[in-house]
Amino acid sequence: MMHIPVGQLLFAAFAALVVLSALAVVFSRNPVHSVLFLILTFVNAAGLFLLANAEFLAMILIIVYVGAVAVLFLFVVMMLDVDFAAMRTHFRQNLPISLLLSGILLVQLLLLAQAWHVDGGVRVMQGAEMVKLIEAAKVPNATALGAQLYTKYMLVFQASGLVLLVAMLGAITLTLRQRGGVRRQKISVQNARDPRKAIDVRTDVVSGKGIG
Amino acid sequence: MLQMVPTESFVTLSAMLFAIGMLGIFVNRRNIIMILMAIELILLAVNINFVAFSEYHHNLNGQVFAVFVLTVAAAEAAIGLAILVIYFRNRGNIAVDDASVMKG
Repeated sequence: MMHIPVGQLLFAAFAALVVLSALAVVFSRNPVHSVLFLILTFVNAAGLFLLANAEFLAMILIIVYVGAVAVLFLFVVMMLDVDFAAMRTHFRQNLPISLLLSGILLVQLLLLAQAWHVDGGVRVMQGAEMVKLIEAAKVPNATALGAQLYTKYMLVFQASGLVLLVAMLGAITLTLRQRGGVRRQKISVQNARDPRKAIDVRTDVVSGKGIG
Repeated sequence: MLQMVPTESFVTLSAMLFAIGMLGIFVNRRNIIMILMAIELILLAVNINFVAFSEYHHNLNGQVFAVFVLTVAAAEAAIGLAILVIYFRNRGNIAVDDASVMKG
């Protein structure tokens, strides 16, 4: 029976889709299409992560990137009324030198990748006990990752939460705008009212005449 | 059980994705939204490298670091888009070339 390399075939499919959709992100005329191709790139990268036995990161990639970041991009692109065609005036002008520069970078990176030699099956000793634990007990990827995150990397994990908090506060304070001419509810003023100032009791009103 | 994909394939793919991201920054250098998207592509290339080497070394530290890279990428996107929104509100366009002066 012939052995079909399912992993390699899946990798080839995902990798081709990642590269093609990344190119489409860069070259599509409409930024909305760019964002949609970015989502396709992320979904295929999640497939690659699954092939590399990083199930938790694959799901996180779909939830965080596709569910939050890409939707944020889509929201901003659609909210801003920008003439994107006018921004592509220098596109053709920039293209040759850009292709040259990134081509040089690609060649350098590929040479580096080829020069790096994989001497199959060498395992770094750090974290080796964790590997044994995973392989012996068949701990799921998420469990193993949590066991690392919440023990060894606890402080960094908390700090990354702080980074997200600062980013949230920064985004809110940057985009918060006080519009003029809008009557807003001032709860402190409402709470500070008391009956003596708010209610005017008058006894000198003549019957049938009102208070004019 | 799927057999392992060679690490070189992942590294090659990551190099290509990184180069495409750089190309995106160079080509669309007037459009800040495209620059932010290209930065996301570059960070994705970095994450693919981290995950591939984490699998190669059978060491989870790479995946832990990829989680932090993801966190920082999300924060960066949020702040970048917020700056983009107020920039657009002030100027009416998002051309990067006009951002050479600090005066609002």
